[in-house]
Amino acid sequence: MLAYDFMRTAFAAAGIAGVLAGLVGWFVVVRGQSFAGHALAHIGFAGAAGALWLGAPPLAGLIVAALAGAGWIGALADRAQGRDVAIGLVLSVSLGLGLLFLHLVSGSASGVTALLFGNVLGVSHATLMTLAAMAVVCLLVLGVIARPLLFASLMPDNAAARGVRVGAVGTVFLLVVALATASCAQVTGVLLVFTLMVAPPATALELGLPPRAGAALSAVLAVACAWGGLLLAWITDAPVTFWISVLCAVMFGGGRLLRAVSPSPGSAASK
Amino acid sequence: MTAPAFSLAGVTLRVGGRDILRNATFESRTGQFVALLGPNGAGKTTLLRALVGLVPTRTGQIRVLGASPRAARGRVGYMPQARALTVPSLSGADYLRAALHGARWGLTLRRDTHEIDRVLDLVSARDIAPRPIGTLSGGERQRLALAQALLGRPELLLLDEPLASLDPARVGDVVALTRDLRDALGLTVLFCAHDINPLIGTADAVLYVANATARLGPVEAVITTESLSALYGVPVEVVRARGHVFVMAGTVPAAGGECCAHG
Ligand SMILES: Nc1ncnc2c1ncn2[C@@H]1O[C@H](COP(=O)(O)OP(=O)(O)OP(=O)(O)O)[C@@H](O)[C@H]1O
Ligand SMILES: [Mg+2]
Repeated sequence: MLAYDFMRTAFAAAGIAGVLAGLVGWFVVVRGQSFAGHALAHIGFAGAAGALWLGAPPLAGLIVAALAGAGWIGALADRAQGRDVAIGLVLSVSLGLGLLFLHLVSGSASGVTALLFGNVLGVSHATLMTLAAMAVVCLLVLGVIARPLLFASLMPDNAAARGVRVGAVGTVFLLVVALATASCAQVTGVLLVFTLMVAPPATALELGLPPRAGAALSAVLAVACAWGGLLLAWITDAPVTFWISVLCAVMFGGGRLLRAVSPSPGSAASK
Repeated sequence: MTAPAFSLAGVTLRVGGRDILRNATFESRTGQFVALLGPNGAGKTTLLRALVGLVPTRTGQIRVLGASPRAARGRVGYMPQARALTVPSLSGADYLRAALHGARWGLTLRRDTHEIDRVLDLVSARDIAPRPIGTLSGGERQRLALAQALLGRPELLLLDEPLASLDPARVGDVVALTRDLRDALGLTVLFCAHDINPLIGTADAVLYVANATARLGPVEAVITTESLSALYGVPVEVVRARGHVFVMAGTVPAAGGECCAHG
């Protein structure tokens, strides 16, 4: 299987997206921003479709639109009331716009499917390099803001009182989410970014793991799901994204079950 | 003579287009246990937030521990009023670790377990710290929130309603614990509450906020019929009986005292 160049590239791309989705997703879930993350993927879709229409690379359009969306949602942060409604509206308008752009491009239905559901087997070397560069940027930024981000996510008032610029840190984080979303969309497509970015961290949290171990396990699980999906797709000839979503759901269910049958996590965690 | 722990000089605070404090001037002495009282919406939380530099002053100057509120942040322990459970599966210790040095950039490479253990011992919460906070009672969470405020050895403790949703026995425990911490660590405490009674005998002074005015002074001087009537701008009656204080506006009991039987 790994004798094929496209398979090696696919595994590399899925690995990068998995690590990013797992780590970034852990904070997304802790901050209760999975809806915002979901919306960023759709805003990115409009960007990618627009880029196709303009004859530009879709990944570039995806990144630009997702980053712009992240800046916008970050600016909304203060007016928490009606925030989800605003995000939801922009989400649906984005889907509509994306549809319009694709209609204007006309033709290539496979391009549409690739955007919506991913086409990891078709990732080029150039795209892989872009993904790697994006991952490096994301992980560097995440490494720098990790501590204030965690503090602000768990205890915003306390963090602000200790001098954390809660709003600014949150906006920077959303930009990271946008980049992670864009790279994840190369593997799962914009519709299912959610799976890879939410199920692994939710499973890690379900197990009651502390932040560092939880984020690490989340990354491992996300990579496992992404690679498992590739493997199963190779064996069964069903779409990769189908298998990734199935694996993610099974994993989350398994985590719940494990939590239910294990003794109370409090006694397990005490030294 | 040390500088006051906190002082306001001609301070006006405004949020949402409304003056919460107008031209307020008062100061507390170092080591004092100050009860912060006032009706709902009077601006107690706003005042505490201003003391940690989160609400800008429109006029006047706030000094905290001889510095500006922002400059004093590292020396102030703050326990906010809103303590929503964000991630119930994380443990109290996880929360404390996130708060310790949480304002610094980067990743935590070396853990300062000493400081965590120190604050947990101060509030006797070592046994509950490893449990997921979702499984803790309100009182247990309150203790961890107090531990959080003690991180970094603050000199001034700002507690926003630490008695909320506690039963009478726990109310007494928390007041005694805070007083003992003040004595042992030489802290100044500003303790926001809705009822003066649990704090009688403990509070050295009362800071009463109402109608955009504030008054700081000894309990006997501030919680009086004359003083509170002036603060509210309507006749208020203060009745003392059997070591308790009842504050009544007309026939309706007002905040700051225990409710009493109608009649
Ligand atoms: N961010 C804000 N925007 C607009 N108005 C605000 C804001 N924060 C507080 N207020 C208003 O300022 C006033 C004072 O609020 P604050 O929370 O300080 O009162 P409080 O004395 O702590 O009340 P409580 O006893 O209910 O906690 C209230 O009328 C409140 O509605
Ligand atoms: Mg309040």
